[in-house]
Amino acid sequence: MKKVWPSLEEAIADIKDGAMIAVPGFFACGVPRALLQALIKKGTKNLTLACGCGPLLGAAEELKALTLNGQIKKVIDSYGLFRSASKGMQDPFEQAVRAGKIELEVFPMGTMAEKYRAGGAGIPAFYTPTGVGSVFEESDVSNIEKNRKPKETRIINGQKYVLEYALKPDYAFIHAHTGDREGNLRYAKTARNFNHVMATAAIVTIAEVENLVEAGGLAGDDVHTPGIYVNRMVKVPRPKFAITID
Amino acid sequence: MFPKVKFEGLPREMIALRVSREIKEGSYVNLGIGIPTLVSNWTEGMDVVCQAEIGMLKTGALAEGDNVDQDLINASCQAITELPGSVYFDIAESFAMIRGGHIDVAVMGAYQVNTRGDYAGWSNPARGLFVGDVGGSMDLCAGAKKLFIAMEHITKGGEYKIVNELSYPATAMGKVSMIFTDLAVIEITPEGMVLKEVVAGLTPQDVQSVTEPKLIIAPNCKEMEL
Repeated sequence: MKKVWPSLEEAIADIKDGAMIAVPGFFACGVPRALLQALIKKGTKNLTLACGCGPLLGAAEELKALTLNGQIKKVIDSYGLFRSASKGMQDPFEQAVRAGKIELEVFPMGTMAEKYRAGGAGIPAFYTPTGVGSVFEESDVSNIEKNRKPKETRIINGQKYVLEYALKPDYAFIHAHTGDREGNLRYAKTARNFNHVMATAAIVTIAEVENLVEAGGLAGDDVHTPGIYVNRMVKVPRPKFAITID
Repeated sequence: MFPKVKFEGLPREMIALRVSREIKEGSYVNLGIGIPTLVSNWTEGMDVVCQAEIGMLKTGALAEGDNVDQDLINASCQAITELPGSVYFDIAESFAMIRGGHIDVAVMGAYQVNTRGDYAGWSNPARGLFVGDVGGSMDLCAGAKKLFIAMEHITKGGEYKIVNELSYPATAMGKVSMIFTDLAVIEITPEGMVLKEVVAGLTPQDVQSVTEPKLIIAPNCKEMEL
């Protein structure tokens, strides 16, 4: 299988304006930072970035560049705003959200995780107890009022559940500790977070790997994401992040 | 709504200590951002396993200096360490644990809690946005066997946080079982809020004066022991 690509630029060359890209990471931990930087350089516009827990807050410089370049149409996340309200007011992304120039759609984190899991597993939608009794039961939670479509609920065995739909992004950007030439991936500690489910959900999965090894370099028992989910791999230097939630 | 008085209460670390006393040996717990995170300082040495929703069981102490690894953080985004027996997993597995009823106790912060055990913690309307940072809070409410709230008794601005009706957007309805504040320990029962413990130097009436709903004072209401 030819999965190793010579450069990030070539690996993302076919991403068109309007694409939906899954971006993993729990704040800065496990973010595909090199791929985001390549996306900024490429200048693709009208993008929907499907996240899970604030990777764009972790990659704050990249978020700022993507916002100021006008590349983002929409972000989907459980944690899309800076925790600090005063920092948020200064942030170009939050300003664009406030002005309605970028859509921010919010789901609970476990619902985000399950949307990708379902997307990768051929399940179109699922009922979850999460969000019952809150606005998440009533409608989609978006800063754009006309996009707040009502949600369906159902009583199963006496308990209320909310219907949520699977997500199948066009691309997933993945950051792995090690990849082998078969596309098998292994993550480091809590940097795994959304990487695996997003790799399963996307139509085309592009992984940046800190270490690239031959087939057999990762023991079969040590693989976290089997190569069937991974289309392209590029070796990148280990990124450096500040660990912060603000 | 504003209470008329303000009392000097426990520091945040001591609220966390009191919460830790309520966690039974053998429990799997999940700690939210803020005061709840501090609970782990007091469960060291106990047979208690902390789950971090990022995808880890058995989180260790905070990492310092050369021990900081950007690939190892807790749900509050702090660099941490691992322990013998620590395990990592992906986010869908993590929330299967949470939603699936495998977490014994979740401890969360809150803006407001009411008598029915409803609480608000995910969105501050003062920010003026319909959207907010919900994170994993609603999944924890849906799945944890018990939900504790650890918070200051009133806001910095002096407003009630224990209220008759939520004015902030709800995180979950009817899920809170106990509230631990800098002034008191309150249990939520079908009859209403029961005042169980009061911090040294204050009376139950003092606590009532900074609490909007009418408290039921437990017959065995006592001074909080730390």
